[in-house]
Amino acid sequence: MSASETSRLGAFRIEVRDFIRDKLPDDIRETVRSGRLGTAGETQRWQKILHEKGWVAPSWPVELGGVDWTPMQRNIFEEECALADCPPLDPMGLSMIGPLIIARGSQAQKDFYLPRILASEEKWCQGYSEPGSGSDLASLQTRAVADGDDYVVNGTKIWTSGTHAADRIFCLVRTDPDVKKQEGISLLLIDLKTPGISIRPIIGLNEMHFFNQIFFDDVRVPIANRVGEENRGWTYAKEVLGDERLQLSRTGENKRLLRQLKTIAAQEDHGGEKLADQDWFRRKLRRAEVRLKALDYTKLRFLQRAEAGEAIGPEVSMLKLQGSELIQELDEMLLEAVGHYGLPYDKSWMLIPRSELNESPIGSDYAGMLSANRFRHKGYTIAGGSSEVQRTIISKRVLGL
Amino acid sequence: MDFSLDDDLIMIRDGVSRFITDNYGFEARRELIDSDDGFSRNNWRRFAELGWLGAALPEEAGGIGMGPRASMVIMGELGKGLVVEPYLATVILGGELIARYGSQAQRDEILPQIAAGEIMLTLAHAEPGARYDLHGIATKAAPSGDGYVINGAKGMVLNAAGADRIIIPARTSGDRSDKSGISLFLVNGDAPGLSRHDYKTYDGGRASELELTDVAVSDADLIGALDQGHDALEEIMDHGLAALCAEAVGVMEVLFEATLEYLKTRKQFGRAIGEFQALQHRMSDMYMSLENARSMAFAATIALEGDDPDHRREEVAMAKVQINESAHLIGRQGAQMHGAIAITDELAAGHYYKRLSAIEALFGNSEHHLGRLADMG
Repeated sequence: MSASETSRLGAFRIEVRDFIRDKLPDDIRETVRSGRLGTAGETQRWQKILHEKGWVAPSWPVELGGVDWTPMQRNIFEEECALADCPPLDPMGLSMIGPLIIARGSQAQKDFYLPRILASEEKWCQGYSEPGSGSDLASLQTRAVADGDDYVVNGTKIWTSGTHAADRIFCLVRTDPDVKKQEGISLLLIDLKTPGISIRPIIGLNEMHFFNQIFFDDVRVPIANRVGEENRGWTYAKEVLGDERLQLSRTGENKRLLRQLKTIAAQEDHGGEKLADQDWFRRKLRRAEVRLKALDYTKLRFLQRAEAGEAIGPEVSMLKLQGSELIQELDEMLLEAVGHYGLPYDKSWMLIPRSELNESPIGSDYAGMLSANRFRHKGYTIAGGSSEVQRTIISKRVLGL
Repeated sequence: MDFSLDDDLIMIRDGVSRFITDNYGFEARRELIDSDDGFSRNNWRRFAELGWLGAALPEEAGGIGMGPRASMVIMGELGKGLVVEPYLATVILGGELIARYGSQAQRDEILPQIAAGEIMLTLAHAEPGARYDLHGIATKAAPSGDGYVINGAKGMVLNAAGADRIIIPARTSGDRSDKSGISLFLVNGDAPGLSRHDYKTYDGGRASELELTDVAVSDADLIGALDQGHDALEEIMDHGLAALCAEAVGVMEVLFEATLEYLKTRKQFGRAIGEFQALQHRMSDMYMSLENARSMAFAATIALEGDDPDHRREEVAMAKVQINESAHLIGRQGAQMHGAIAITDELAAGHYYKRLSAIEALFGNSEHHLGRLADMG
């Protein structure tokens, strides 16, 4: 990387930083900073602001509303957003189904869905996992049988996040039960208002409603809503990951947690001294920092390879695996930092600003939220290919074992 | 931060790699470590002819001026062959110190000789009882005539037996643990009053304990400013650490590849042991740990290229913590997965494990560097 390249990236970082400082609404910033769970409405407001700037869909082609950023620029954007307490963008439309429609959708699907995703007018959710199909996703059983111009869909999907606030779901369904399991799967776009769909909320360990189970009972979906060819859905779902996977390391989020940990450690008393002044804690903090730095540099090496035109293979799994495990390690250190004042919990603290609560939460104003985020983040090493699945990908596809 | 290598560096790397493959087999190395010198002077001349000894050193001093990245790629390849010739001691600890802090006369005299392979150096960075603290120096240099007289002891001095010049940090003022008051002196390997107790180390290396009794040096033998040697010592040890980290990556690469190959060929219970998931996942962890080590070792070298000492100290210390963690995992598990043959003297894999263990303990273990990092901020 040349010196001019380095200074160009530096200028870009400042541009992003200035934009966020000027445009991110204070109430949303405060929600994220305080550790509360943002609402779908807050995410939508922020996405609309980014859309106005033309920055909401970094991975899309420019002619379809994307941005012509290099992988390094995109990384800078994601990192600055996380560090400046921006709400994470809803990946379902922008990073998951959007790129899939772009790659494999019909012209009519592109014309109809893409502008709505860009403008955050419609919210999507993902129907992949089923009660019997977790890590072994390809074993999914939800059936779609052609009947005239429609498929008739029966079955159930689980762990669909945000379905209760979503307009549409993209679903992997079985269209051929008689072939190898990966080869009989199709991808359907389904309007959640279609008759025959019902939703059961699933309450998380932090008492929040995030996940759902969704039931399909003779749901008629136009065949025109299938993406690409029949029985090719599994391949499509895998190929779209593409450079998205480079962004799965959560380095920005990890840096934000580390910063929060340092702030909290400077406030917490421990045996008459601040935690941040104690050698044992500082060593522990430094050890976590080494992990984060190694992850960050490893990601940078990947990004520089990608920029040099090299194809990034399945070894990128290591970023997701290590990034999610590090988040959990930092969560545990955060809870350790507040000691038993991590225990008091009321879910309203996650939703309502402290100033608007009738009663003050117990302990410091940050302690109450730490456990809720920790229990939410536990899903990071399970969703999107569990850590065990990632290790298997590395051993089989990278190491050839 | 640029993690790429230019064509010149790749050429050097491939050259070292070829040399190791052609000349540094397991049996050839075994003969070297059992020889009187503990390394080959013939190899050393070849290193000089091939331009490796001067690659990192400044051009005006007979080097090629390629800087720390050259040392990084050379050390990485030397690591792959478990090379015992004293590149680290001579070129990094000695050469970099003279190049950065030596007087014009010292630079003119010594650096071209290093590049030409005519002289070997080492740095007596530690004292018995001081463990890893660079400022733990009780050795005293007292003014005498137009020079100094040095008295004291040094420990774990790498490759001292073959060194023509030994750099001795000594106290010219202050108390044993003060950072100020340390001065660095060039002492001849055969100086009267200098006695050595040479020994082997378990990884095939050589080191010495030194006793200095009224060893006389002149003013011209002082390196850098009087009493101000600590920062120079720390900087050079950061160069040494970065080089050691680069070497460790090479050692780990070979052990990792050998283990992977073994998992694919060794059969038990009727199948290759690499088919067992318990071993597969462990290999994945080792793979990730090796990538992290590569990233951090490279970052340490990049920090040497910059001019921010605080940043350099932090990056290098973090790199050593990472390297130690990776070396621990890959060394232990690499040996474990080879089974009983790995704990014999017969198999190369065990010797890579030994070198990794030695690297963990050299120039500061993890707790030492975490403690430094905790103190930094």
